[in-house]
Amino acid sequence: MTAAVLWHNVFFWIFGLAASALAIGVVVSTNVVRMAVCLVMSLAAVAGLFFLAGAPFLGAIQILVYVGGTMVLLVFGVMLTARLPAAAMRTNAGQWVVALIVGAALLAVSWQAGRGLAAACARRDAGGPSAADTAPANQTVTEFGLALLGVRADAAQSAEGGNSAQRPGYLLPFELVSVHLLAALAGAAYLARARWTAPRQPADDIRSTVAE
Amino acid sequence: MNPFLDPVGLPHYLLVGAVLFVCGILCMMTKRNAIGVLMGVELVLNGANVNLVALGSPTLYPSGLAPLGLDGPLTAAFVIVLAAAEAAVALAIVLSCYRTLATIDVDQANQLKG
Repeated sequence: MTAAVLWHNVFFWIFGLAASALAIGVVVSTNVVRMAVCLVMSLAAVAGLFFLAGAPFLGAIQILVYVGGTMVLLVFGVMLTARLPAAAMRTNAGQWVVALIVGAALLAVSWQAGRGLAAACARRDAGGPSAADTAPANQTVTEFGLALLGVRADAAQSAEGGNSAQRPGYLLPFELVSVHLLAALAGAAYLARARWTAPRQPADDIRSTVAE
Repeated sequence: MNPFLDPVGLPHYLLVGAVLFVCGILCMMTKRNAIGVLMGVELVLNGANVNLVALGSPTLYPSGLAPLGLDGPLTAAFVIVLAAAEAAVALAIVLSCYRTLATIDVDQANQLKG
């Protein structure tokens, strides 16, 4: 036990410390752009925690929805408040070095993962045990999707084991949240619609500027 | 009690969730920028999500007796959807406020003060 490295521990400390430190960075920073970048990286670290805790589908959702949505926040922050000097847009040599190192590391990880996947597919075609056969059942999205449709596969399993706890499906909340999302987006589009006359500017001025 | 050798358990995840939650609350209280307040809300919801996922985690409870089971990730998914809707509406309000007041300082938006 002393020699074995607990990889769950290692990655938990990496992701957990990153999420916490970047969240503190969001609080202490005064620059909106810096805050948004800290928030994006903190949310990505939390997605790593989700993968670690055995919720890979939720981790993917977190990256797709949350991190993507926060990118929109970042653009809004830049548009509405930040007054960036034009010189800040230029990349200096040190940043290029860091960017190349990060890019090379990402490429190496992706390449390694792709090779492992190809090897697993080859093993499956040869008739050997595939990763899908040996993976625990909770690593798939099936139970998650069935629960959203109102069928609880895990409840049936626990009922066989003597635990007859009633676990309802989530069909009605799923429908409710769908309608809620539609209404919220329609409301947001209505609130943020373009008005042709700005309140602070008389209409005559706009017409004269358009005529010019 | 070596924190780097003992297996990571539920309290560690709950600690990260608590840190995110407190940071979000502090962010909401201290930022005068409306976008900053919105980021605080996102952090709070995210801290709650960490707790939900940890309480339903099959890897922290290999015997399948997680306190929330599949309910944890499912509730977290609903939280993510509601957070997306909330962010859309809040951004629209911020944009409308910016058009009307030409600022997104939340202290300046006192039009409803009686």
